[in-house]
Amino acid sequence: MEKFIKHTGTGVPLRRSNVDTDQIIPAVYLKRVTRSGFEDGLFAAWRNDPEFVLNQPAFKNGTILVAGADFGTGSSREHAVWALQNYGFKVVISSRFADIFRGNSLKGGLLTIILDQSEVEALWATLDSDPTTSITVDLETRTVSYGSKSLPFAIDDYTRWRLMEGLDDIGLTLKQTDSIDSFEKNRAAYKPKTLPVRS
Amino acid sequence: MTIWAEKKEHYIVGKTLAEKIWAEHVVRQADGEPDLIYIDLHLIHEVTSPQAFDGLRLAGRPVRRPDLTIATEDHNVPTIDIDKPIADPVSKLQVDTLRANCAEFGVRIHSLGDKDQGVVHVVGPQLGITQPGMTIVCGDSHTSTHGAFGALGFGIGTSEVEHVLATQTLPLQRPKTMAINVEGSLKPGVTSKDIILAIIAKIGTGGGQGYVIEYRGSAIRALSMESRMTVCNMSIEAGARAGLIAPDETTFDYIKGKPHAPEDFDAAVAYWKTLFTDSDAKFDVEVNLNADELEPFVTWGTNPGQGLPLNAVVPNPADFADTEQRTAAERALVYMGLEAGTPLKKIAIDTVFLGSCTNGRIEDLRAAADILKGKKIASSLRMLVVPGSARVRLEAEAEGLDKVFLAAGAEWRNAGCSMCLGMNPDQLAVGERSASTSNRNFEGRQGKGGRTHLVSPLVAAATALRGTLSSPADL
Repeated sequence: MEKFIKHTGTGVPLRRSNVDTDQIIPAVYLKRVTRSGFEDGLFAAWRNDPEFVLNQPAFKNGTILVAGADFGTGSSREHAVWALQNYGFKVVISSRFADIFRGNSLKGGLLTIILDQSEVEALWATLDSDPTTSITVDLETRTVSYGSKSLPFAIDDYTRWRLMEGLDDIGLTLKQTDSIDSFEKNRAAYKPKTLPVRS
Repeated sequence: MTIWAEKKEHYIVGKTLAEKIWAEHVVRQADGEPDLIYIDLHLIHEVTSPQAFDGLRLAGRPVRRPDLTIATEDHNVPTIDIDKPIADPVSKLQVDTLRANCAEFGVRIHSLGDKDQGVVHVVGPQLGITQPGMTIVCGDSHTSTHGAFGALGFGIGTSEVEHVLATQTLPLQRPKTMAINVEGSLKPGVTSKDIILAIIAKIGTGGGQGYVIEYRGSAIRALSMESRMTVCNMSIEAGARAGLIAPDETTFDYIKGKPHAPEDFDAAVAYWKTLFTDSDAKFDVEVNLNADELEPFVTWGTNPGQGLPLNAVVPNPADFADTEQRTAAERALVYMGLEAGTPLKKIAIDTVFLGSCTNGRIEDLRAAADILKGKKIASSLRMLVVPGSARVRLEAEAEGLDKVFLAAGAEWRNAGCSMCLGMNPDQLAVGERSASTSNRNFEGRQGKGGRTHLVSPLVAAATALRGTLSSPADL
């Protein structure tokens, strides 16, 4: 995974709440067996609307999505994270994220940042008046800054460290193989197994 | 002294069911790190696994516990002509990829044509492989279904699928706990689907974020296993990754005799009986709901929290005090093509979908068939009946339910997720309106431009007969 330390880019205001993962990428786009090429499906239905924010030239090159509350609800599809990343997004800001989406995003290096709804709205207003506003997301100092503002955000130390080092979670867990081995030795015998097949 | 104080606290403050299961699965705990949790069962399907298997191959890693892993084909498989090759080449590649991955890594798979093929959350319970006290994951958010057995089941993304395949564990932050107490008894015609739709409308689609919900109370205890699964299934629609119900005799009876029921059943039951929330345990949040007051529930909008009793009218966005809710309601009414003030029962339906991991089990089919028996569905609509698994389909056919559905004018399909997510050819057309026993009414969920009203199997059947949203009492 690519290290995430600091990112500077422009924002895209997505003034909708409850953006579910079916909106981020509809199911018909999930048939690919690779991790790339999902940008075509990103917000597929909404992109048919010429007024949709991603169709506006001013916001075409944004890398920081600023969305309404409860972003990423619904299906656990990690394709939603890949679609955002494949399209070019590095950061999503919202006042609330669905648990599974947030987990997926932080595993994959798409930084999801929680700010108060009032700050999200202030950022929307700024982007509306000046789409070229430069926004800096600094994971080291845990701040989002633009104009004269510097807003702190919370992220647990472990996740921050993992993102800043670009570490593979599986590699980290495999270092604990001894603990897993000894846990397995003590598992109860009546716990079900899928093999051999019984029917 | 410190040790004593910790022990004392441990004894004084009891544990919730979720905390007990969590504690029993901690492989490793370290300050400032997530807990490493052991996973007892990993369910796999074709859509969220190919990239995970690819990751294993690239790193040269095996599947650590193929004997705790099981796969089936459900999300994008067709529900007709299943004896022929899958027509859509992209879907076919995905299903073929799953089959090849399972063969390569030694994972058990139930493919199209097998009696244990079907929606992954129907298959686990019907095999008896979903049992109390387990941790169960799947690359599908409706893994919360398995919580009905007093198991901690939750959906994961593909990176986590790969993690579980490689290590049989997951690093996880401990969730908070929420109790939802449903006391009283349901009126005739009101089902567990109405309970969960009412809960989501009450706490909102984000209400359960960060929590494991435990459903409690007399109305929950009175439910059958399959009805309990419907409740836990939609925990995710309330924002909670997992929902639980403490196991009891209903649970034990359901598992007994299933193919993978424990051989030493008594030893298992003795353990299962320890799986309850201690009387002195504290939940972080408690919510109460009166079952006596519940009516058949239906959604009118484009998220599962936008629901109302069936005898209500389409709400006026102006009546929402909260700006965010008002904007969402305005947008939803435009998308749904509805006008404020219209009685929900006047809404005409084009397609009725009976199926999914929420309501595609044998009891759901029986309940709908009971209403349809000897009658014809309205000529203005089509009805798709999609059993949750091939086994459910066979069971229904043995009971003659297929004949009831066919005689009523409905289509009798093969098992799969089907129109719940419109990934296979079973989709709504632009502007088409469904009454669906599934779990999500998102924009375009059942097909681009399609409009979804979530309902119980009883409301689905009554609606099929009348052509407009209806409850059995309207017949």
